[in-house]
Amino acid sequence: MRLEVDIRKTLQSGDRRFALDAAFSSQDDLTVVFGASGSGKSLTIQAIAGLVTPEQGRIAVGGEVLFDADQGVNLPARKRGVGYLFQDYALFPHLTVRDNIGYPLKKAWPFSLLPDDQQEVTEIMESFEISHLGASYPAELSGGQKQRVALARAMIKKPSILLLDEPFSALDSMLRHRMRMELLEIRQRFGVPLVVITHDPADVEVFGDTLVVFANGRVEEVSSRKKLAVPEDEDGWRTKVCWRAQWKKENLAAQRLVPASGI
Amino acid sequence: MPDLTPLWLTLRIAACATLLAFGFAVGFAWLTARFSFWGRDFLDAVLTLPLVMPPTVLGYYLIVVWGRNGWLGAWLHAHFGVSLMFTWQGAVLAAMVVSFPLLFKSARAAFEGVSTEYEQAARILGDNELRVFFRITLPLAARGLLAGTMLAFARAMGDFGATLMVAGNIEGKTQTAAMAVFDAVQAGDYTLANTLVAIMSVACVVILVMTNKLANRGRAGR
Repeated sequence: MRLEVDIRKTLQSGDRRFALDAAFSSQDDLTVVFGASGSGKSLTIQAIAGLVTPEQGRIAVGGEVLFDADQGVNLPARKRGVGYLFQDYALFPHLTVRDNIGYPLKKAWPFSLLPDDQQEVTEIMESFEISHLGASYPAELSGGQKQRVALARAMIKKPSILLLDEPFSALDSMLRHRMRMELLEIRQRFGVPLVVITHDPADVEVFGDTLVVFANGRVEEVSSRKKLAVPEDEDGWRTKVCWRAQWKKENLAAQRLVPASGI
Repeated sequence: MPDLTPLWLTLRIAACATLLAFGFAVGFAWLTARFSFWGRDFLDAVLTLPLVMPPTVLGYYLIVVWGRNGWLGAWLHAHFGVSLMFTWQGAVLAAMVVSFPLLFKSARAAFEGVSTEYEQAARILGDNELRVFFRITLPLAARGLLAGTMLAFARAMGDFGATLMVAGNIEGKTQTAAMAVFDAVQAGDYTLANTLVAIMSVACVVILVMTNKLANRGRAGR
């Protein structure tokens, strides 16, 4: 799966101005977009998902052009076929877990599930081990349960790519590790490429086949595991990327761009 | 048994006025809550004006616009032979205008309370804007909208000044409960005045208690 991003967008709020100028591509199924808060990484995946419209540039996923300013292409979010995991999951609070997961399948009034769709919801709930939560509301769930429900909802339409905005930031460290492993397992099971936004070097270690480093609205560096000198040296690669991510973070913290406590 | 005709007329007028106000208020509230545009604050101020303006002044404006020689009233009369002055429909118009800001303000606050992230999630999951509104925005704002609707209904039931200016005080035709109380007191008919006052007071207290309950439940649910 090839992800190509080359976009520019300017945000203006009062006298504050932020210019995003992001260009990178990834051939890998695991891509980490790494950077400090306010570096433009969230804005970039929102542009991929179709939630914000760049002023210029082009976005393509797997050869399909989602946005191209020159060609006048701008698919609405609903037609992009991407999955998106929000930082705090954005589970609809007025719907049960079952209705949340079945939400994308209910297309016509009165928005009830057809028998086939019911079966699909049941199966995906089983595969995410959340069958017992079907009648619960999001407010009644733990952080880990919410994440599983949000993942199940994002995966039920079989997206071409899954975008995850700081997916583990709301979890404690024990659960964070477990959910990382579960996410890898989900990637294997569904065969869906992942793009993970993070400022946690531990995520880089697990998901960073391609590492895209953002700073001040620009892509500062793109590293790919495949292009490294010794690709078979798994541990060496991880150490290198992890070290680099850690260094970036410390460097940015030194510039007071991110809190040092977050390292 | 006192004549309760004004009470039934009041309920009919208030129900129609609230229904009309609901449609306009939801539309304008959604627009001002979700979009930032030039003149938004001015529009908000104009729509809120009936809340602070003396009802008689409001009634005067309505006459200027909807009177037989008014800007819209003349057109209505010329094309359809209809005049809203001194009719129960005119009373609906007056009650709608005075109750509108309560619904508009509640609806705007309710829409602003719905995180745009839910709407974004719905778009990514395949919804167009209309579906996002009816499946996400409206249900999540429902409690605030209902509370605003109840307040607006109570306000529409109790209007006096604007309704008097537009619809007059014609017994059995445009005389609402508020006017009937005034007339009854003037005429010394305290049996009728007490009955109407008691019913109106109980109705208003019930509406306010229910509104508070809805608002509290809405806060707890967030």
